[in-house]
Amino acid sequence: MPLQIESRKSTVTEEGLPVEELVVNVGPSHPSTHGVGRVIVHLDGESITKADPVIGYLHRGIEKMAENRTYLQIVPLTDRLDYVGSMYANWAYCRTVERLADIRVPERAEYLRVIVCELQRIASHMMGIGSAAADTGAFSMFIYTFDVRERIIELFESLCGARLTYNYVRPGGVSFDTPEGWTDQVLELLGTLDASLDELDRLFFGNVITRGRLKGIGVLSAEDAVAWGASGPVARGSGVDWDLRRDDPYSVYPRFEFDVVLGENGDAYDRGRVRLVECYESARIIAQAIEQLPGGAVRPEGLQRLIAPPPGEAYDHIEAARGSLGVYLVSDGSPRPYRMKVRSPAFCNLALLSKLCEGHTLPDLVVVLGSLDPVFGEVDR
Amino acid sequence: MSIYEAIRAVVEEMAPDLGITVTESWDDAILDIPAESLLAVGRELKARGFDRLGMVTAVDRDEEFELVYRVQSRTLSAAAFVKTRVARERASIDSLYEVWPAADWQEREVWDLFGIAFVGHPDLRRILLPEDWPGHPLRRDYEDANVIKRPDYI
Repeated sequence: MPLQIESRKSTVTEEGLPVEELVVNVGPSHPSTHGVGRVIVHLDGESITKADPVIGYLHRGIEKMAENRTYLQIVPLTDRLDYVGSMYANWAYCRTVERLADIRVPERAEYLRVIVCELQRIASHMMGIGSAAADTGAFSMFIYTFDVRERIIELFESLCGARLTYNYVRPGGVSFDTPEGWTDQVLELLGTLDASLDELDRLFFGNVITRGRLKGIGVLSAEDAVAWGASGPVARGSGVDWDLRRDDPYSVYPRFEFDVVLGENGDAYDRGRVRLVECYESARIIAQAIEQLPGGAVRPEGLQRLIAPPPGEAYDHIEAARGSLGVYLVSDGSPRPYRMKVRSPAFCNLALLSKLCEGHTLPDLVVVLGSLDPVFGEVDR
Repeated sequence: MSIYEAIRAVVEEMAPDLGITVTESWDDAILDIPAESLLAVGRELKARGFDRLGMVTAVDRDEEFELVYRVQSRTLSAAAFVKTRVARERASIDSLYEVWPAADWQEREVWDLFGIAFVGHPDLRRILLPEDWPGHPLRRDYEDANVIKRPDYI
């Protein structure tokens, strides 16, 4: 990839010593870049003056591909956006299609969507915390978080057969009803989840080295978080009280009791801890959803396989693990969308990287990147 | 009061020479504006509590490009779409970076994939594609030997 790196700035100190800016390349396949991403870092001595992310290594042109496929054929594409949180992209896309084509979703399907997406949130946050921990050298945390994630993924596997790209939420409902005893397995998991999360909290967030590495790093003010379009744990870590599940309620979320978790300082530590505490809240939602889970069909009767919505456009969004994930669809009345746009939270959050790294050292770049928790499948689309 | 009515009330307070028409689509309010008043509308909306720019995108409408902005207000708990159109030839429009810095990467993405230039953007470079990529793929007339059109019967 030819890329113009700005010419180095050279200055001379008061004592007449020459000072030259140092440009360091991190990536594209660096173990701590959370996917195939690259950051060009400009250093003045030890401190970062600019960190320019170079993205697009995973750009597959999903928006362009969507113009050439029917509405049902696009669902598997959305799996490949945020590949540690596929359920979200499925759901955001399906909500927009349902709005556009005026499809009613059976209540049981809405509940199942909430259950799988909250499970997905826990799995995704575990991935985020684990890889951020591994970046700071606490590799054993990765094993602890992956233990929890693995148990959730096994549940997904028994639900829909896939471990990563679920293709589970479909326009109109979900692909399969729960297998026998599935909800009991979920409740069993929830029974041990709190203990696992407590242990993680103590081991990682209570650790003096973690506190030293994460506290005060990459501080994001609430005003900047809003102005730069940050969402999800990145914005909430700065105390921005904004969660679509509560503030723009969709699906059956108004029926559940849960708290929106907020940080205070807006640093890497708070962003990480917001993710952890959100897992407890997700567990609360899942328990309530299983208790209220109604019977009935999971897909509406008589739904056409070839959906051809009337001409028009629609936008819908959900609170994904990384923030507000929106899908904008334009229909011209044919069975293929005229235009699909994915509003990716990871993309918008990653735009903050350079701002957050300013004045920090190179090892802190890794901490800040980990605390933004980007998934490059979604950043690049 | 519905979101549409709330946004209508906000728009009625704004300067009348901006040329805004408000329409309702589903439960969203759409503000149709002429391209030259985009920056002024952006500033007015920001001053009236629309503090988040959620999405910037474009749609290729054959003769012209339609630009779609989604702005959110946490105080009103409402969101509105701002739409405007620019000519296809040498497409360009004012950047909203100075109003909402969130426009930074999103406008770069629109430039990359649609080739719409944003005047006043501090760093308008390609973002997803390599710098030497020919053309702008999300234009409907974009052609690439590797892109195979699916037959219509599927």
